[in-house]
Amino acid sequence: MTTTIERPEVITPEELGGPDGHHPDASHGDADHGHHEGPSGIVNWLTSTDHKVIGKSYMITSLVTFFLAGIMAVVIRAQLLDPHTSLVSYQTYNELFTMHGSLMLYLFAGPFAFGGLANYIVPLQVGAPDMAFPRLNALSYWLYLGGVITMLSGFLVAGGAASFGWVSYAPLSNATNSPGAGGDLWLMALALTGFSAIFTGVNLVATILYLRAPGMTMFRVPVFSWNMLVTAILILIAFPVLFAAVVLLFCDRHFGTHIFSVQGGGSPVLWQHLFWFFGHPEVYILALPYFGMVTDILPVFSRKPVFGYKGMVFATMSIAALSTGVWAHHMFTTGVVLLPFFSLLSYLIAVPTGIKFFNWIGTMWGGQLSFQTPMLFSIGFLLIFLVGGVTGVLLASPPVDFMTHDTYFVVAHFHNVLIGTAVFAGFAGFYFWYPKMFGRMLREGLGKLHFWFLFIGFWVTFMPQYLLGLHGMPRRVASYAPDTGWTALNVISTLGAYIIGFSFLFFLINLMVSWRKPVPSGPNPWDGHGLEWFTSSPPPHHNYTHLPPIRSERPTWDYNHPEHRTVVHKPKGKNSTSPKGDKQTVGAPS
Amino acid sequence: MKVVSLFLVGMAIFFGIIGVIYWFTSYEDAGFLMLIGAALLGLLPGSYYLWWTYHMKLQPEEDPDAAIEDNAGTVDSFPGSSIWPFILGMGAMFALLTFVFGLWLAPIGGALILSALIGVTVESRRGGAV
Repeated sequence: MTTTIERPEVITPEELGGPDGHHPDASHGDADHGHHEGPSGIVNWLTSTDHKVIGKSYMITSLVTFFLAGIMAVVIRAQLLDPHTSLVSYQTYNELFTMHGSLMLYLFAGPFAFGGLANYIVPLQVGAPDMAFPRLNALSYWLYLGGVITMLSGFLVAGGAASFGWVSYAPLSNATNSPGAGGDLWLMALALTGFSAIFTGVNLVATILYLRAPGMTMFRVPVFSWNMLVTAILILIAFPVLFAAVVLLFCDRHFGTHIFSVQGGGSPVLWQHLFWFFGHPEVYILALPYFGMVTDILPVFSRKPVFGYKGMVFATMSIAALSTGVWAHHMFTTGVVLLPFFSLLSYLIAVPTGIKFFNWIGTMWGGQLSFQTPMLFSIGFLLIFLVGGVTGVLLASPPVDFMTHDTYFVVAHFHNVLIGTAVFAGFAGFYFWYPKMFGRMLREGLGKLHFWFLFIGFWVTFMPQYLLGLHGMPRRVASYAPDTGWTALNVISTLGAYIIGFSFLFFLINLMVSWRKPVPSGPNPWDGHGLEWFTSSPPPHHNYTHLPPIRSERPTWDYNHPEHRTVVHKPKGKNSTSPKGDKQTVGAPS
Repeated sequence: MKVVSLFLVGMAIFFGIIGVIYWFTSYEDAGFLMLIGAALLGLLPGSYYLWWTYHMKLQPEEDPDAAIEDNAGTVDSFPGSSIWPFILGMGAMFALLTFVFGLWLAPIGGALILSALIGVTVESRRGGAV
């Protein structure tokens, strides 16, 4: 059944509510919620095309995969505790690190951002009633869920799950070296989630381009939504290549082709080219949404507008563009790639990333900082991602890369990058938007405990791994000799992993407490900036009954604080002003 | 549209230049083709949007001074709840599992996909674009 959606009505501070930040949606928000046609309960979950329901489904599923992959990580670390541990067999160990990487990268970090939070928040931020293609959006989720089931079912088949690493290098991943259904299931799961990502990408592009509210020009779209637009375009560049590579590898495994095998005239390096042409943009598909979250969170808890809005947007674009030209820096040691080209482009990425860093610091500089949980996680992101970025610059240098390639140095580097983004910034976003999604608050105390245990656990786990890498410990080994002298550092690292695992208990308790004893959040608990904080929490079906005038990149702030509004509202002066007559001044708040 | 079209055309130019440089420094064909593919991906929608930027009156969402009323009326018809995306997704999963576990799964996947395609078409027609 189709529903025809009318545009929301305008609401101005002069008419209703006034400068005290109170607006009418707050009073009847609960009445709107639940007032939507259609089924409820499990049938609603199965049939809904509402971006909010789909976004929540995505988030729950991806968090489940996150916890599964986290448990695998703890088992991996327990196995490496000392040279004599034999908790799991070597084959199981290979399966565990493969599935840990695959679940985290393909099924958690990406879908949590672009399927979960972006699905929920982007239409709200741009003032849209839903995603542009709601049924396609639902299809994305079901394909993703199919991918999750397919990948996890690898553990149930004879021969076990895929065990060739998340990068699935040929010839290790061919039918001779990795027989069994596990590898095939892994490939099919990638095909399913790849299409799911592509459809979500199409949906995000169409939503951000065509469903913005009046006055929401591209340079007023919040940075999170901008980053999602750029991420969606990166998805459209990268995932089709992954799908092609997966099909070719499957043909090699079963249909007798020799695309990636030398004896048939193929080239194993071609797999690496195809995979990393997907794989490196994928790193930024995983990072950019989280950069966006942090960029939306820092100004709110600094009570300032974001510093250098356009610089942020252009930095995002440059990072995305450069990230597509650096894939072979993962392949330096193959000896057949153009070292100067890829090294130079990799170094160049540090420039826009640095711009972002300085803008983040500039946003906080001189602001009225308040350290609630989302802000703590954002600052945790800044610190951890900084070290990840700096070690990334080191690794962009071929001599350093030749020395540290396939050692624990690289493992520590990418965990610094990916835990910084997907976990710290991801949970910052989760704590930040949870009140919007569920209309209730998470507890501050438990959130802070979660942060501190996770933060300390992180450094304890990964700083020793840098040293281990420099001492020569290779990655993906299930054991090591006692006389290598690596035991002490491994013990520290494993201890850290236990602390990380422990920290998530606080998160789960927090969720349970907020569910059992809800503290209502109201529409705008953080005094937020973006349009999403204008509507009730959770938003009504199709999101908005009223919209404020949009005159800057923070319409809700302007509405709630007319004395600090960045631009004066001109109700009907359109004929006299040119589109370029927008005198937007950077606001000087309190 | 102008910002986005320039963004996409800029992306096409960037990948085009990088692609050409890459080809003449490495003569490696896979990466070259993928870079040119990325350039075309930016060029096609980018030039289309750029053309429309100059052939369409300023849309309310592009107008910095637009009022919310400027866009009054109907947004569009949005589909309500629908079971077919679920059926189609599960059908796709079974269809792909056919490659792993054998042809006996193909009828299940095929039937699910076919029913979902019919269902979703009929649903659109019945729900009625007004």
